[in-house]
Amino acid sequence: MRQDKTRGNRLFDLINHSILFLVAIVCVLPFVYVLAVSFASPAEAARGGLILLPREWSLVSYQYIFSSDTLPRSLLVSVYITVVGTLINLAFTSLMAYPLSKPHLRGRNPILLGVLITMLFSGGMIPTYFVVNGLNLTNTLWALMIPNAISAFNLIVLKNFFQQIPDGLEDSAKIDGCHDLGVLIRIVLPLSLPAMATFGLFYAVAHWNTFFNAILYINDNHKWPIQVMLREIVILAQSRVGDSSFDEMDVQPLTIRMAVIVFATVPILLVYPFLQKHFAKGVMLGSVKG
Amino acid sequence: MKSNQTLAEGALQVKRPLRQQRSKHLLRDLVRDRWMYLMLLPGVLYFIIFKYVPMYGVTMAFQDYKPHLGFFGSPWTGMKHFIRFFSEPQFWMLFRNTIILALYNLIFFFPLPIILSLMLNELRRERFKRFVQTLIYIPHFVSWVVVVGIFYILFTTENGILNELIYRITGEKIAFLLEADWFRTMIVSQAIWKEVGWGTVIFLAALAGVDLQQYEAARIDGAGRWRQLWHITLPAIRSTIVILLILRLGNFLDSGFEQIFLMITPTNREVSEVFDTYVYTKGMTQAQYSYSAAVGLFKSFVGLLLVLGSNWLAKKFGEEGVY
Repeated sequence: MRQDKTRGNRLFDLINHSILFLVAIVCVLPFVYVLAVSFASPAEAARGGLILLPREWSLVSYQYIFSSDTLPRSLLVSVYITVVGTLINLAFTSLMAYPLSKPHLRGRNPILLGVLITMLFSGGMIPTYFVVNGLNLTNTLWALMIPNAISAFNLIVLKNFFQQIPDGLEDSAKIDGCHDLGVLIRIVLPLSLPAMATFGLFYAVAHWNTFFNAILYINDNHKWPIQVMLREIVILAQSRVGDSSFDEMDVQPLTIRMAVIVFATVPILLVYPFLQKHFAKGVMLGSVKG
Repeated sequence: MKSNQTLAEGALQVKRPLRQQRSKHLLRDLVRDRWMYLMLLPGVLYFIIFKYVPMYGVTMAFQDYKPHLGFFGSPWTGMKHFIRFFSEPQFWMLFRNTIILALYNLIFFFPLPIILSLMLNELRRERFKRFVQTLIYIPHFVSWVVVVGIFYILFTTENGILNELIYRITGEKIAFLLEADWFRTMIVSQAIWKEVGWGTVIFLAALAGVDLQQYEAARIDGAGRWRQLWHITLPAIRSTIVILLILRLGNFLDSGFEQIFLMITPTNREVSEVFDTYVYTKGMTQAQYSYSAAVGLFKSFVGLLLVLGSNWLAKKFGEEGVY
């Protein structure tokens, strides 16, 4: 529509489409390859080459992973910190964002300034470690949830979102004798479900991807989340995660690594359509401007 | 990043609705809003304990910190750790590595999302555009461990598929993951693969705001595709580019800690060790707490100066600042 159909324009369009198609493929091809090899038979994987659809299907890598409880346990740890951690995030963030959305509240501006400062300057890794350690949180899963209970950025975005909700609805509830916490729970949060879902998804992705905090705070390998396990297996090449009764010849380190990557990635890909729906609508960007 | 600027301003603005105003009596207000303060309490405690106590805790950089004595009981030593840090030969190595990685990212990574979003903007078929967008955002959401893990699998000299391909073409294998010479290339390629797609989101949002009538008018005046790009599209995203550049400069020293931590090997340490990884090595694995806190403080302080400096610079050039 915008352009005339000259030959130069058509050539440009052709090249443009091709490059973009190629970029898109490069972004997903590695995932397809990893998924395919994880389901390929050890023999086929050993032959090498680009496998996008296994010719000989096999579940042996997954059977191997689940033959001991090392990896299933780390999956459970990750599920736990993702679910509980996200609930903590949402509770803490919305509880704090709601009072801050009321301009008449005394002390609001100093508190907001205090939050903004933390976005500019932080104590850093070592002092934070000693605070967490001093609270006896190290080597517990709380260390992966409590020290990140609120993201200052999300807090301010949510505060701006709450500010857009018309006061009238809240006032009528108050006249009916509801206190402020009741207003938040019964009126404001139900009205903010799409926003809460978006923040929940982004917090959940962050928890699922937690890696360095676990390295820093958790020594006990029984409490390692999947990302730390993945590093052990893929990058540090510790491939003995399965039961020792498994014959070494029956499994390929390569397919095992692929299978672990699949486990560390699939939950993200499952929620991805929901994530995309929200940021495509501009919820994240649009709500900041309030 | 227009959103960030309104973020800072919006956070502090005071807009009073008619229904609820501050009365003249402080006490009456406090009692009326008692539930509000109760709700604030967990969040305020969180920020004090996990943000402000560590901020006070940086004073350990001027102490000989002993875990059993704490931030308040450890003996003071003045600038000892800073003097040691600045006189270490490693200081310049860390400085060089951090700066070079940041420059590589600025030169090789920064322009790519802009180019990519301009290309996406030229697409007229909405479905193809959505298809491309859907796929290029995916890598942003997976963890660095997954990204580095996939790179390890693709590039390893033991049957890594890309190394096999190179072997068939050139007849030799390249130790991408071990050789120090390849470290920076690997880091930048990973960053590009993971974040280039996501980087377009903000530019596409800015481009969506361009009035289509402008293009029509330009076409009637005889402007071709490139002239439209130069006179309409680029000016539309100029301020976004500047703001992102400022944010980039502000985070200049944050060189992707998790990624580098995962990519460090004993063989590439001379090019891969940066301030952040050095803090971790000295502090957590060698238990030199105060010394590593001093290094961390130096880094945060320079980082803060960079943020404020680049923001000042932007305002000077007539753009709106971020903070």
